[in-house]
Amino acid sequence: MKNNNTNSRRKFLDKGLKLGLITAIGAVGLTKIASKLNAKTNEGSTGKMELMTTDGTIIEVDSSEVMEMDHSKKQPHEEAYDVREGMPNRKFVMVIDLAKCKNALKCQVACNKQHYITGDHAWLKVYKMQEDADTAPYWMPTTCMHCDQPACVTVCPVDATFKRRDGLVLIDNERCIGCRFCMAACPYSTRVFNWKEPNQGEITMLMDMENQTEHHSPEFTGLPSVKGTVDKCDFCPHAIKENVLPHCVTACPNGVFYFGDKYEDTVTNGEETLRLSKLLEDKHGYRLMEGLGTKPSVFYLPPVDRLVDFKEGLESFTDFKSVD
Amino acid sequence: MKNYEKLLSDLAPQKFGKKGVIWTISLVVLIVLGIIAYIDQIIRGQMVTNMNDYALWGVYISNFVFFVATSFVGTVAVAVLRLTNNNWRTPIVRIAEIIAVAAIIMAGITITIDMGRPDRLLNLFIHARMQSPITWDVIIIPTSMMVCLLLLYFPLLPDFGLLGKYYQDTKPTLSKWYKRLSLNWTGSDAQKAIQTKSIHIIAILIIPVGFMLQTIDAWLFSTLYRVGWDSTNLGAYFISGASVAGIGALVCVVYVLQKAYKLEDYITDLHFDKLGKFLVLVCLIYLYFNLNEYLIPQLTSKKGATTHINVLLIGDYAPLFWFVTIGGLVIPVIVLLFKQGRKPLPMFLIGLLVVAGSWWKRYLIVTPTLLHPFLPIQGVPEEWRHYFPSLHEWAITIGTLAMALLIITILVRYVPIVPIQKTADEQEALELNKTTKS
Repeated sequence: MKNNNTNSRRKFLDKGLKLGLITAIGAVGLTKIASKLNAKTNEGSTGKMELMTTDGTIIEVDSSEVMEMDHSKKQPHEEAYDVREGMPNRKFVMVIDLAKCKNALKCQVACNKQHYITGDHAWLKVYKMQEDADTAPYWMPTTCMHCDQPACVTVCPVDATFKRRDGLVLIDNERCIGCRFCMAACPYSTRVFNWKEPNQGEITMLMDMENQTEHHSPEFTGLPSVKGTVDKCDFCPHAIKENVLPHCVTACPNGVFYFGDKYEDTVTNGEETLRLSKLLEDKHGYRLMEGLGTKPSVFYLPPVDRLVDFKEGLESFTDFKSVD
Repeated sequence: MKNYEKLLSDLAPQKFGKKGVIWTISLVVLIVLGIIAYIDQIIRGQMVTNMNDYALWGVYISNFVFFVATSFVGTVAVAVLRLTNNNWRTPIVRIAEIIAVAAIIMAGITITIDMGRPDRLLNLFIHARMQSPITWDVIIIPTSMMVCLLLLYFPLLPDFGLLGKYYQDTKPTLSKWYKRLSLNWTGSDAQKAIQTKSIHIIAILIIPVGFMLQTIDAWLFSTLYRVGWDSTNLGAYFISGASVAGIGALVCVVYVLQKAYKLEDYITDLHFDKLGKFLVLVCLIYLYFNLNEYLIPQLTSKKGATTHINVLLIGDYAPLFWFVTIGGLVIPVIVLLFKQGRKPLPMFLIGLLVVAGSWWKRYLIVTPTLLHPFLPIQGVPEEWRHYFPSLHEWAITIGTLAMALLIITILVRYVPIVPIQKTADEQEALELNKTTKS
């Protein structure tokens, strides 16, 4: 009997609490609704407002239709993009077909031009490779490998160079302290240093004209380069965003470079679009210095069944100079 | 108390003679030249150096490594000799501590000279990332700077107290400074107990700190893929090499001070004899690690390794390599094995050889490796395949070396180089021993 009594009391307390909570919430809700209704009735008959539409015509609307926008909160499409996170759900890769390369160097010319590279610091290089006297020579273009285990990012003391989810390794040259540890760490010798004030004449003028002196974005390396900091190939995210292929890909007359998305499993050189996995399987794709565990995003197709003789490339090969 | 009078007049810091003044002025001139060169480097950028996209580190880094190595003398000569109860160390520990302080301060300064953007130095703290060996360095260098300073300062307290009293009438301002620095040292038992304990803690602390400093310095290189750096041997290699550099520097400074201040009564042939034997030991250990570093990769004959090592053994860097190995290690070991070789003057000459060898050794660790990357050097100017410091780099480097010597000189000017109190205590103990025996 006693037991029963306490039980019912507990039930009562329980119900009471729940009820109380519901009333409280309800009351808050009601006041909110009431205040909204109030607002409407207050502004209901204040008349018309003139507004300009996006195409420039003036229209008239009832002011009760007009609601103030809350600017403190970012709109959902605005807040998504973070330069250090990269483009969502993408994973950029490149495939370089060594069988097609004949050292035309158009890739390097385009890259140097588009990124305002000065001096002999070309980011994109075409190496004359021959590991041994008994093995065949071939031409090997290299970009930044955008490694998935980037040694440069590991050693950077200030997080100036970073790895993004879309696979890119970029540099914030507003943060770089110029210790060059990343350059020493990179086994592909891909990074260059601005030893002096870079003389990017054309671009400096252009930026002054467009009042873009504060352009700096890690997504467009070389715009502008900064004295005492490191530069390298950025895989052209500024172009990718506009659905344009990186400059080296479009500039190559021989279709050596394929660029694409690993998640979509497609790569294209502008002329043909291929399945990445099938291409790598069919042509025995490999990556440079796999043994180091850097996991590059750039794949190479071996120089077999070559379209052109290796010697043809020798004409444009300069040992001591990168093209201007 | 009579004893103290004699000790104080012998060991209290003395004004520089003519030679001392000339020496100090020439150091200041070299430093000013270095500063001018550095300002020019800041204005024009590091194009004033001969570094390039391949030889991306040069003499600044090797000079930095040299300073870090030399600062190890604080650990090896003070703490290790203390823990192993080597009593002969008394008159030379202070000198070792002074060298350690000068070297570690200069290490901190030289590393910023190599930075492309020294104006962004604070980023190292604001955006610090723990996985970068540079961040480890940013932590360990100030730490060991503090530990080195304290190891110099704590044992100085009673001496500052004595000097405060000694100069009370003759030089009141100087006396006031000494008294202030002595933290009201009276020599009471309670103070002595605290001081002894503090010194003991610091002397033990400096061993792990010193080892960490040298190891992190080695890891700056061995965490990278490059042939010649990518070696598990490097930590131990750097620690043993630092012992050589440190003791070598110690021998040189001890000799100069003994001659300049006529301290033959305190720093005797016995001390040179012991230091000589110690130097042989560390040289042999370093030779052993050198063997590991070069011989085994050469026997395994991986292509990259043989290219790198052949450049050292018979290539461009062969003269330097053999100077460093034979002159900096083998000859010292041979000479110092003979009793005559451990007399002060030959020791001094050997010490100079060891220090020069140690400095160039760091150059050989940094430069040749960078000139043999994994992919061939192509499409860049011919001169990028070689590296030798430019005039600016030399001026700045010599400036930093002069600055280290100036720090030592200034400390020597105002700090008793042979611990007065400790010497007095030891002499007393000796007397006591004699009287009890007879």
